[in-house]
Amino acid sequence: MHKSLGGRAALDGFTLDVPAGETVALIGPSGCGKTTALKLVNRLLGPDRGTVRVLGRDVSGEDPIALRRRLGYVIQEGGLFPHWDVAGNVETVPRLLGWPAEKRRRRAEELLEMVGLPPGEFASRRPRELSGGQRQRVGVARALAADPPIVLMDEPFGALDPVARRVLQREFLDWKRRLAKTVLLVTHDLREAFRLADRVAVMNRGRVRQVGTREDLQRTPADGFVREFVAEESS
Amino acid sequence: MTGVGGFFWERRGEITVLALQHLALVGVSTALAVAIGLPLGILLTRRPRLARPVLGVAGVVQTIPSLALFGFLIPLPLIGGIGARTAIVALIVYALLPILRNTHAGITSVDPAIVEAAVGLGMTPGERLRSVELPLALPVVLAGVRIAAVVSIGLATIAAAIGAGGLGVLIYRGIAIVDNRLILAGAVPAALLALLVDGTLGLVERRWSAWRSA
Repeated sequence: MHKSLGGRAALDGFTLDVPAGETVALIGPSGCGKTTALKLVNRLLGPDRGTVRVLGRDVSGEDPIALRRRLGYVIQEGGLFPHWDVAGNVETVPRLLGWPAEKRRRRAEELLEMVGLPPGEFASRRPRELSGGQRQRVGVARALAADPPIVLMDEPFGALDPVARRVLQREFLDWKRRLAKTVLLVTHDLREAFRLADRVAVMNRGRVRQVGTREDLQRTPADGFVREFVAEESS
Repeated sequence: MTGVGGFFWERRGEITVLALQHLALVGVSTALAVAIGLPLGILLTRRPRLARPVLGVAGVVQTIPSLALFGFLIPLPLIGGIGARTAIVALIVYALLPILRNTHAGITSVDPAIVEAAVGLGMTPGERLRSVELPLALPVVLAGVRIAAVVSIGLATIAAAIGAGGLGVLIYRGIAIVDNRLILAGAVPAALLALLVDGTLGLVERRWSAWRSA
């Protein structure tokens, strides 16, 4: 896949396969194209050349609005709507899909319970009344609200302090086990990538250098870049 | 001072009628300026290349001295002539810039992460505008309307020069016969009107901001 942004190649011969039910982390130095690659999946960006398939179907033939409602999306610092309360934020996609109010509310409560924010206490709070970690939990609940089979996460825990980050990473693994989603995750933190993902895709200059587990990347790095990247980040 | 007070009291009927006329001029022109400026401001956020020239032109128009603008409009067909209609056109022209600029600024200053979330979750452009961008931009838009309304109250006194009525009638008459009390009978109610409108719209603005982030 190829994609240029502002005259510069952001993706250049990018290929990645994310098998159903797996969590794959995209990692690499700033500007390597990892966020660009993620945004091609829900058509926030379109490729110059190449195809993106979601559940086997080429996304260029799909309505981008309908596609996005079928994909969960978590962004850094949550990107919550500040004028809606927590429940309103979580209900965003169900509301867009026209679910009845009762069903939406039940779903929001169920998800808030799951992400550790008891709805009785948190449902009617505004985002500004939450800590960074709580906001990020709401962001995760919002992404899962319409039960999408695939979840895209762009630096989901990047803005958190180390303690909150560890807690959310642990909980992520728990959610992952319970929900069996396919997750594509962008991070700049190799420890986080190894901790959360089944496989890690190391990127540089718009291209995936190697996809593999921690052992694969450490024992048999595909090239000098991967070896250095894994060694530096793990040290 | 009792002299001026008594003078006002004697003319309370006329002052009330002219003040209502004044409010009507301002109300109608501000409402029409919102009806034009709000959609146009939104359009400018969707067509960024148009924003600079359009805001630039609106800014230049605003520098035309108001009395001259009233004069320019009189000979024009349809919108021109003597009377309230011409005055309302001129007031719309002046009210447009703050409404246009604030609508544009309000929407473009919404946090890009929030806009990205709205798009990424699958909102259509219309849903994003209605449920995210406009509610978040509203305090800034309202501030623009408030500026427009307050400025219009001052400008509308000049509209009396082209026969549009309003509190300017008393001011012009006072100038013509060199009677300060008559000038004040127009100016003081106009100033009070401006304070009242400013205060009311300011209150609406604060209420909204408070509700939004409560």
